[in-house]
Amino acid sequence: MDTKPVTFKRPSLEQSAGFDRTVIDYIQNAAAHGLYEIRGLGAKRKLPHFDDLVFLAGSLSRYPLEGYREKCVTKTVLGTRFAKKPIELDIPITIAGMSFGALSANVKESLGRAATEMGTSTTTGDGGMTQEERGSSKTLVYQCLPSRYGFNPDDLRRADAIEVVIGQGAKPGGGGMLLGQKVNPRVAKMRTLPQGVDQRSACRHPDWTGPDDLAIKIQELRELTDWEKPIYVKVGATRTFNDVKLAVHSGADVVVVDGMQGGTAATQTCFIEHVGIPTLAAVRQAVDALEDLNMKGKVQLIVSGGIRSGPDVAKALAMGADAVAIGQGILIALGCNAETYIQNGEHHSAIESYDALGTAPGFCHHCHTGKCPVGVTTQDAILEQRLQPDVGARRVKNYLQTMNMELTTIARACGKQNVHHLEREDLVALTLEAAAMARIPLAGTSWIPGHNGF
Amino acid sequence: MESLNFDLASSSLSDMNRFLHRDLADGDRRHVSVLNPDGAHNIAVGLNHPVTVEVHGHAGYYAAGMNKHATVVIHGSAGTGVAENMMSGTVHVKGFASNGAGATAHGGLLVIDGDAGLRCGISLKGGDIVVGGSVGSFSGFMAQAGRMVICGNAGDALGDSLYEAVIYIRGTAKSLGADAQFEDMTDADYAALAELLSKAGLDHDPKSFRRIASARSLYHWNADADQEY
Repeated sequence: MDTKPVTFKRPSLEQSAGFDRTVIDYIQNAAAHGLYEIRGLGAKRKLPHFDDLVFLAGSLSRYPLEGYREKCVTKTVLGTRFAKKPIELDIPITIAGMSFGALSANVKESLGRAATEMGTSTTTGDGGMTQEERGSSKTLVYQCLPSRYGFNPDDLRRADAIEVVIGQGAKPGGGGMLLGQKVNPRVAKMRTLPQGVDQRSACRHPDWTGPDDLAIKIQELRELTDWEKPIYVKVGATRTFNDVKLAVHSGADVVVVDGMQGGTAATQTCFIEHVGIPTLAAVRQAVDALEDLNMKGKVQLIVSGGIRSGPDVAKALAMGADAVAIGQGILIALGCNAETYIQNGEHHSAIESYDALGTAPGFCHHCHTGKCPVGVTTQDAILEQRLQPDVGARRVKNYLQTMNMELTTIARACGKQNVHHLEREDLVALTLEAAAMARIPLAGTSWIPGHNGF
Repeated sequence: MESLNFDLASSSLSDMNRFLHRDLADGDRRHVSVLNPDGAHNIAVGLNHPVTVEVHGHAGYYAAGMNKHATVVIHGSAGTGVAENMMSGTVHVKGFASNGAGATAHGGLLVIDGDAGLRCGISLKGGDIVVGGSVGSFSGFMAQAGRMVICGNAGDALGDSLYEAVIYIRGTAKSLGADAQFEDMTDADYAALAELLSKAGLDHDPKSFRRIASARSLYHWNADADQEY
């Protein structure tokens, strides 16, 4: 009898790098619908980030502070250039602009309460100021956006600072978007729109074009408020060096730079993943611009876009930011992508609601649908009850407090009595990309790619 | 009634604006004259009282911006963004107006005796605008609510991406923007138009105007829509 070698039948499963399952899904979807994908949150691809930097703390050559007992100041002052009443915050971590419309009124109230308890600011969004957030926020930044939805002089006078939004990290060059299912009667009224319309905001301001006009526009906002309130200018990170310079030229007290990891409630995926530069590169360019103009310390810099933790905050500050703004991290603290929501002290499973959206906790980016399983990004009367303001306020406060403790822990280890004394010299990079973008030497070397001719 | 004069040749704009914000009593109806405006930007912005402000000369950008309650008359021409984001009251430009006149106005009435530049009434949110002359291109862009009366002609893309605002035009539009369409005038339109014309001191026959409003075909995402709009 002949003996044959034993063979095993194996399926051929060689995956293509260029046409991986994500790309195949994308093409199949495009072919089925003829319409680009719209989703929430920020860039999901891996990018050079603050994770690629580490601190060189005190040792023999530098002297650390005692980690729990020695003073470490976190006070942060914004808007010292022209405003008669600069903003004074207890911590350098602020809550980024997110609209009522994208978020429920309960969420807006939670954010205001948490920010007030922690001595920081919260920010309105593309949909006007709600009573809930004004009432609960000690320090509220009022955004002036291209759409000017609900924008009015009374709210302007009630604001503590004004933020002229030129762009957003998730979609520089694009306007806001709120799909019809979230345009309920209250949202529609605040925005002067028909109920249920798929709202697409303008991407350019209606009454000015270019930096010279913006200078006059900022002057108008100052005249309107008798030069009291700090004026921020927020840009999505693209040509950050030039944009920051022009924002300073236009008379901003504070420049906000939002990197491409920044979130959104709804934008085309192609925008989220393919437009703008990473926060790490943007901070460096923004600080370069301020230093080039000799404005460092005179015009304050707020950095946002994918900042998640105390170490992220510490690294942003060390690179030269005066404060950070957080959006997505705050939503996650509220329960975004959690398996449960909390009602009357008890956890309830949200799995079925994720299922209904065709997703699961940890993967959900369905803010645009208005069917948020945990009641955060919704205008639905039933779903929004899944986030109760007292629970939300406590969780956001805890998150801010944790980050602030981490920040001071790192600052003390680096020997700083003030978190604003963290400096670039305290950092090294773990990857070539991060070293080049942040212009910080690769760990264990003095090499900064692209510098000194190398 | 006591009247006040501010001569911008010798006093500061900020001092005048602050006075108009802070030193008027509620319901103050005084008459304020602004002399030598000389094209200054941001004249009489953020008013919040039913005063009457007369600007004797040309105004720069954002004159009477975000006006509430006040009547502002500009005896000259106005720069970009006159009466932008007005909430209520009346702003009357006796000369011409530059770009973005009445942009995002939520309420009130803006009257321009002469022509207006580009993007007149852009993102209008409930205010009324009457232009005695013609308007530039992209006027009424994304206008959400309110009414715009054009006694002359309009440039390209009039009423592009209109929401619920209505435009009345006496002359011709070089082109209509995406989703804007001519519609039949109703009795309600004639009545509204007659009232607006009379408030603006114009005696055109309402029958000589045509109505432009939104076809509402861009209200919802549509994969089959022409993406070049």
